[in-house]
Amino acid sequence: MSMIKLNVNSQTREVDADPATPILWVIRENLNMPGTKFGCGIAQCGACTVHLDDQPIRSCSTPVSAAQGKNITTIEGIAAEDGTLHKVQQAWIEAQVPQCGYCQSGQIMAATALLKKNPQPTDEQIDAAMAGNVCRCGMYGRIRKAIKAAAGIDQPAKVEA
Amino acid sequence: MGKWSRRAFIGAGVVAGGALVVGVAVRQGNPIDKLSPLLTNGENEQLLNAWVKVDTDNIVTAVIPHVEMGQGVYTALAQMLADEMDADWSKVQILEAPADMQYVSDSIARDFLAPDLQVPALLEPTVAGGILELAQAMGLQFTGGSYSVRATGQRAMRTAGAAAREMLVAAAASEWQVPESEITTADSMVSHAKSGKSEPFATFASAAAEQSLPAKPKLKSPENYKIMGQPKARLDIPEKVDGSAVFGIDADVPGMKYAAVKAPPVVGATVESMDTTTAKTMPGVLQILNMGDFVAVVADGYWQAQQALNTIDAKYSKTENDSLDQDAIFTRYATYLDEAGEDGGDMQTEEGDVAKGFANATTKVEAEYKVPFLAHATMEPMNCTAWVRDGKCDVWSGHQAPVNARQAAADAAGLPFEDVTYHNAYLGGGFGRRSDSDAIIMATRIAKAAGYPVKMIWSREEDTAQDHYRPSATSRFRGGLDKDGKLVSWDNIHTHLFDPKDAPTVPYYNIASHRIRKVDVPMHLRFGPWRSVDHSQHGFFIESFVDEMAHAAGKDGYLFRRELLAESPRHLKVLETAAKMSDWGSALPEKHGRGIAFVPSFGSIVAQVAEVDMTGPKPKVTKVYIAADPGFVVNPDGFTAQMESGMVYGLTAVLYGDITVKDGAVQQSNFHDYKMLRIDEMPEVEVALINGDHERLGGGGEPGLPPIAPAVTNAVFAATGKRVRELPLSKHSFA
Repeated sequence: MSMIKLNVNSQTREVDADPATPILWVIRENLNMPGTKFGCGIAQCGACTVHLDDQPIRSCSTPVSAAQGKNITTIEGIAAEDGTLHKVQQAWIEAQVPQCGYCQSGQIMAATALLKKNPQPTDEQIDAAMAGNVCRCGMYGRIRKAIKAAAGIDQPAKVEA
Repeated sequence: MGKWSRRAFIGAGVVAGGALVVGVAVRQGNPIDKLSPLLTNGENEQLLNAWVKVDTDNIVTAVIPHVEMGQGVYTALAQMLADEMDADWSKVQILEAPADMQYVSDSIARDFLAPDLQVPALLEPTVAGGILELAQAMGLQFTGGSYSVRATGQRAMRTAGAAAREMLVAAAASEWQVPESEITTADSMVSHAKSGKSEPFATFASAAAEQSLPAKPKLKSPENYKIMGQPKARLDIPEKVDGSAVFGIDADVPGMKYAAVKAPPVVGATVESMDTTTAKTMPGVLQILNMGDFVAVVADGYWQAQQALNTIDAKYSKTENDSLDQDAIFTRYATYLDEAGEDGGDMQTEEGDVAKGFANATTKVEAEYKVPFLAHATMEPMNCTAWVRDGKCDVWSGHQAPVNARQAAADAAGLPFEDVTYHNAYLGGGFGRRSDSDAIIMATRIAKAAGYPVKMIWSREEDTAQDHYRPSATSRFRGGLDKDGKLVSWDNIHTHLFDPKDAPTVPYYNIASHRIRKVDVPMHLRFGPWRSVDHSQHGFFIESFVDEMAHAAGKDGYLFRRELLAESPRHLKVLETAAKMSDWGSALPEKHGRGIAFVPSFGSIVAQVAEVDMTGPKPKVTKVYIAADPGFVVNPDGFTAQMESGMVYGLTAVLYGDITVKDGAVQQSNFHDYKMLRIDEMPEVEVALINGDHERLGGGGEPGLPPIAPAVTNAVFAATGKRVRELPLSKHSFA
């Protein structure tokens, strides 16, 4: 165990953990931020996706030691400070993407990373960026639509509140 | 509603804060003796369910006796109640019912007891006890079988909403001294046009509770629906985009520790010994437990627990299945089917003279189909948090039958039901897996042994290898065509029947003689309901064979089914809709194909057309057209999402799903060897919904699944001429 200094969602945090501990468990258990989910433990499903210096990573398979001196962004950290949702989150609601919702933190983190790097992705680029994220409820069609809506490529029909 | 009103009455009361609570109860002296002791309380008829309350801020809260696992049930049931009540949708809230006997889903029981409806026998007798015995009979607070909207919604939520409205009207009429007939309700307001009076529901909530109870509240006719039938945004979605939704795995109990577990790879074995030399020296490790049927490591963190568990060398007892392989399982199926022969096995359906039908048939076709075991692979691995102390037990998880979970925890803790509190959270996928209580029992036992709160999480490897699987099965058919190419005889024998009983039957097809039999084959793997249950196997078997018969008759698969459905206009319309959507019959490029399949299940009628592109190294499903008639669609966007979801769940199985057994153990472990469909393989999907029967509603969670397998394999046949009789497609080469 050792004290590790982290920057999570623009806040400096210090945790006492084995440096080999995957970021996922440090976020969930040490920092008590459960929005990031455990799915497979071997970087096969994307449920644990967070950003490390804006790059999407699988936090279940990345040791916390790799995050020292870098910025971790989780699902809890992408809305604006006043609570306004990220455009991807808004698009997710408008397209009524989630079903069980368990994979969606990872999906949204993968999508926000994609749009930051590539604001106007093609269908192929969306597929390539999102193929690491499994949605067992099968909402891939809605994920595609929501990403395009967030990118301003097209607008899904909004479901009334 | 006749059946309902005979057995039920409306109960009401005032709770703290002057809120009106309306419920639906079962009448004492109910003819079902078995249920009476638990459903009645002394001399008075007991309020069984509280479904709705109106608080002083005019918020209408619908109490939902079902769990949310992505199927949109919170929203759809609230829509049904709010519409009948004339509530303002923007001021409607939801509350999941606690795991309590007061919230027994009596409407499910009602359908079970009604002769014309079936209820799935999904409640496993995991533990003993009177409540569980009852649960088997009536389906306590259970979410599954695509039942929530068609049973609870249609029979209870609407009734409670309408009753609450009538009581509010009566209270206002009394206060204002005007006839009830002059009072109108809309948007959570009670109004009297002549006097210009208008007050929120809340004003009359307390007085309404004092009103006499309407024995048979008047329900709206479809033309007056305002909220039902509208694509309302799901109420649970906002908290699922910002990470705040709480799933079972997110339980947070002060002082809790974490457990990783491993059960013997072969079901039925026990842990004989374990070498913990390394594990006990590892950081954070608190306890290493040999629980007999599994090993548990408790540590300060989950990862620490799992790392330590990985170092433990456990020895397991021998079982009679230690050398059983998948091939031997299918050989066993064949042996049992061979032994049943021409006339053995258990008869499920027999109509007409099959022997005579075959004697007169001019063309006979035989085929055998096989499907593998399948795991559920919910995205949220199985988990449960438990705390057993001072004669009390608290349990946190996501479960499809919370009352069952509570009873299972009580038995595992050795405590009475009353001393256990079960806290249900969102389910990170259910699909039938979370109707079993194995994880609840394990966590409670660990917590009891540990003495402090413990969160047990299964690794994905454990989740895959210790599932309660969709059974593998073999099904054999003989079919006969007359000289006009008409299907006149149908003879089927298969190895499995779990639930529902109508899955292997084809009552909607006009076949002069048919016979369906089953043989029971022993299997050591645990079976569990898997989305659409037996329809997932039989949908593939039946619709593949219908396609083979069409081909033998020299007829188009769509037109052949049209003939079989000629006397069932409602079914026919669904089939026609799917065909029309797909532009059935139009030309496709070479090595592309179109397949159609038709499977009514869980009260809903669904037809699908799949288009496949076989030009590449593996099959690619490019488009899926879905037409569905569930009677009446309460939330069109939610229902559409369920059709998409069920189809994808089934498509994953068609392409990849294959749990295999070697040396008695399941070989697959994680998503690299139990593959999922991903976004780059997602077909374009179009869904058309048909409201064909406003009175009898069908389900949404499961019926979208069964047609996709045969639609795809029929399309593969159209594209390549190769008939796929064994799933998944990844077993086959199309080069």
